[in-house]
Amino acid sequence: MKVFEVFRQERKGQPFQHAGSIPAPDAAFAEAWAREQYGRRGESVALWLVPRDAVQVVEDFPDEFDLKYRRVDGYSIKARLKEARERAGTAAPGDR
Amino acid sequence: MSEQEFLEYVQEGGQVEVGDWMPDEYRARLVKFVEMHANSELMGVLPEREWILRAPTLQRKLALTAKVQDEVGHAQLLYRVVEDLGKPREACLDDLLSGKAKFHNVFHYPTASWGDVGVIAWLVDAAAIVSQKALLKSSYAPYARIMKKICWEESFHVLHGRDVVLALVTGTAGQRELVQEALGRWWGPLMQFHGNPIPRDEDPMYVWRIKSQGNEEARQQFLEGYVPQVWELGLELPDPKLRRGEDGVWAYTEPDWEELRSVVTGHGPMSEQRLDFRRLARENSAWATRLLLAEAA
Repeated sequence: MKVFEVFRQERKGQPFQHAGSIPAPDAAFAEAWAREQYGRRGESVALWLVPRDAVQVVEDFPDEFDLKYRRVDGYSIKARLKEARERAGTAAPGDR
Repeated sequence: MSEQEFLEYVQEGGQVEVGDWMPDEYRARLVKFVEMHANSELMGVLPEREWILRAPTLQRKLALTAKVQDEVGHAQLLYRVVEDLGKPREACLDDLLSGKAKFHNVFHYPTASWGDVGVIAWLVDAAAIVSQKALLKSSYAPYARIMKKICWEESFHVLHGRDVVLALVTGTAGQRELVQEALGRWWGPLMQFHGNPIPRDEDPMYVWRIKSQGNEEARQQFLEGYVPQVWELGLELPDPKLRRGEDGVWAYTEPDWEELRSVVTGHGPMSEQRLDFRRLARENSAWATRLLLAEAA
């Protein structure tokens, strides 16, 4: 038996989301079973059936070079903003 | 990750995927819990199946057949989760049929009338939804994900059951009596359904966040949601102590925990017959399993 991962799309335009998995001897059987399990109430407009061994998993994201300028947490503007306001003699918009 | 770090991780709401490292104890408890859930879905169709041929109308027959199909589908999804954790489905079925593995107490009782079918679909499924909704937040993510589909389908069943009950209570006096009698038979097992009121922090299933609420919380939620719905139909529940306190906590007569223990260990009124039927079904479908496995090989 092969394991097929099932992804289902609820409405056109929406992302396919992982729903579960089914064991099957081949793709045709997997399709028949997936239709029963994930489509018989009109809850899906499309299914993706992917043999589990075809899924390449990536789950570690090392950041040896500290490339934090590519992330939102790479920018800490609080202190600089405070100094800039002081120099300009202004207050934060909410405090006026 | 150490076992302690894992414990802290799940207690802070962290979720675990199929290939992730997990402590042996977590895996063993998870397998046992999900396996019992799967067994219950599979065995749970048998009391209702007995009424498919005797359903009062074609519409009811089709609806009940669809419910039975749903529940077997849930069993398949749940056995799949167990398989990924290392225990094959055939081994689960072996343990179920040998009596080594358990299934839920409510599926060990007979269904005496069509009133029972309504009460099961309405209130047994309602009690199950309370537990299952709490599993949407399970620390084991593949379990939590399939619970979305299961809860969605169970809510259909509650609707179907309530509709059956409403049809009976708006019918003849005799039909109304069918529901009242069924409530008398099912209330005891329903009150036992969520298990003994062990504090949640002493319940390993909660400690590992396999489930996200304690037994008594679940029972209170069930009472709060459904007792008023029973009472508003003028039906009676066989517990003189049952009442909602001013603090919102329901008081009730202590459920019969000895009966629960005895029933789930295979000594219920229908335990043996239901397992026999499941054995027969497995033998009769063995050829299909063999064929599929041969094709797969």
